[in-house]
Amino acid sequence: MDAIFVFEQLLNGLGYGLMLFLIAAGLTLVFGIMDTMNLAHGSLYMAGAYVAARVHEASGSFAGAVLAAVLVTVAVAALLELLVVRHLYRRDHLVQVLATFGIILIADDAVKAIWGVAPLMASTPAALAGPVQLFEGLPYPAYRLLLIGAGLLVALGLYLLVNNTRVGMLVRAGASNRQMAEFMGVRVGAVFSFVFALGAGLAALAGALMAPISSVQVGMGEAILIPALVVIVIGGIGSVRGAFVAALLVGLVDTAGRAFLPPALRAVLPPSVAADLGPALAGIAMYVLMAAVLTLKPAGLFPARA
Amino acid sequence: MAQPAFATRFPGAVRRLPWLVLALLAVFPLLAPTLGLEYYVGFVRRVLIVAIAATSLNFILGYGGMAALGHAGFIGVGAYTVVALVEAGVSSAWLAWGGALVFGGLAAALIGAVSLRTRGVYFIMITLAFAQMLYYLAVSLRTYGGDDGYGLYTPLAMGPWLDGAHPDVFYWVVLAIAAGVFALFSRVAHSRYGHALRGIRDNETRMVALGYPVFRLKLAGFVAAGAVAGLAGGLLASHNTFVSPGMMHWTQSALLLVMVILGGLGRRWGAPLGVALWLTLEEALKMHTDYWHWPLGVLLLLVVFHAPQGLAALLERRGDRQGGAA
Repeated sequence: MDAIFVFEQLLNGLGYGLMLFLIAAGLTLVFGIMDTMNLAHGSLYMAGAYVAARVHEASGSFAGAVLAAVLVTVAVAALLELLVVRHLYRRDHLVQVLATFGIILIADDAVKAIWGVAPLMASTPAALAGPVQLFEGLPYPAYRLLLIGAGLLVALGLYLLVNNTRVGMLVRAGASNRQMAEFMGVRVGAVFSFVFALGAGLAALAGALMAPISSVQVGMGEAILIPALVVIVIGGIGSVRGAFVAALLVGLVDTAGRAFLPPALRAVLPPSVAADLGPALAGIAMYVLMAAVLTLKPAGLFPARA
Repeated sequence: MAQPAFATRFPGAVRRLPWLVLALLAVFPLLAPTLGLEYYVGFVRRVLIVAIAATSLNFILGYGGMAALGHAGFIGVGAYTVVALVEAGVSSAWLAWGGALVFGGLAAALIGAVSLRTRGVYFIMITLAFAQMLYYLAVSLRTYGGDDGYGLYTPLAMGPWLDGAHPDVFYWVVLAIAAGVFALFSRVAHSRYGHALRGIRDNETRMVALGYPVFRLKLAGFVAAGAVAGLAGGLLASHNTFVSPGMMHWTQSALLLVMVILGGLGRRWGAPLGVALWLTLEEALKMHTDYWHWPLGVLLLLVVFHAPQGLAALLERRGDRQGGAA
């Protein structure tokens, strides 16, 4: 375990964390403003990944594929919001769980019917397939650098949108006190429709960008949903800034746990015990992080509600 | 004893219905061969086992207002307890299932002691987190098969009188346990303790002010539910003759939650109704198509918009309302 390996893993963690942020940002706003628990958010991520993989394969243009993924997913999400989610706003959390779980079931079958059961192999764009020599002794995949760059860019854009625009002001007002915002004349329903579409677009972007470095398959939405929920709980529900910090934390803790824990354990424990314990501890690292944060700050790191 | 008002208002058929259902279930394995339904004896057995777990979840969720998204974790603890005991040389089914009950309860005591200090969405997430930890623990236990699971090839012994008496003796054992669990929870729900639990669900602050030991009451319910879920896990291990970490995956917890809400939260018949309907539809749809998920998804949306109190509420509209949704 030398410095280069550590640095490489930290970069991987940063990339993963930024992608988690893209997914969690929409989730935390939907949750924060309308108090709506949307389990189907992962399905939008899956939709983005599938559309991007297929369009990229068919057209050869990666940028076009990402754009198509975002547009298609936003359209699907708008329809979903209109038909189902809009009617769930004032309902019980458990009812929302029931309905959005139903959407997951429908979405998974729809994806199977359209693209088949077998996982898709999404290729990295040819221009970014090779490594970049970051410095002496550390070649790093160019595509992963793109991931980090894109993630940071979107995070910055979202920050400016939320903090420096009129729409962003309405979003923040809705998140910190929805009722008061309504009394002041904000049409929270319209703001929410916008936020839902925005969140869907970000999730689709994450799906499209993650497609080449993860396997595109049915169930990928459910797999990413839990880390995303962990992120919004750690960050404080409704807070974009909290989601950003928490996503980076979770990304780093998860990646570091997988990379460093097994070798570290091998150094101090008998090999058979270490081989069993390493992956288990790495798997639960982010949950331990969440439990620790909630013990110290029960409303998350950056509570949005005053 | 349960609901005097209900019992006096509907003295006839409705009151006898539970016994009729029980009798039908009891004779089902005897009739199945003549009806050509042998295959479904195993299926009904699985429904009964899942109903045991769902009944325990309905108890803490419907009556106690504790939205636990980690119930499959306790099922897994029960199943792996059976595996561990078998691996250690235990061959008695009663010992193994008893162990599943005890360890399910122990796990619930530890997890509940931490999680019950949180509220709302945070409680959902904390219970989920603990269940995921158990999941990863099971994946890493290579002695018990790790990711690949563990096969229980020799059936456990239920004692000289039961073993070999009839090929379906395990079915009746499961039925007896399910009926016992169901009766127990129905009864507790209407005891002083059950009323206190419902009071906590509806207004925790007031219950604290009234001097109830709210945390301890909730923990007691959580532990009872965890123990019963563990027992269900032990039975499921015997039923499947196979145990894998997949039993504890969060989607299994969500599914259990969905079945309970579908059936009717905090209603006596909610859990078994939800489980029976869900698993039957799943089985029927699987026979006809590979795309069997989406009709179930549509069903959930229909329930949400047209029967928000669950199916049990549709059936008992006129009478026995046992506490309503949380």
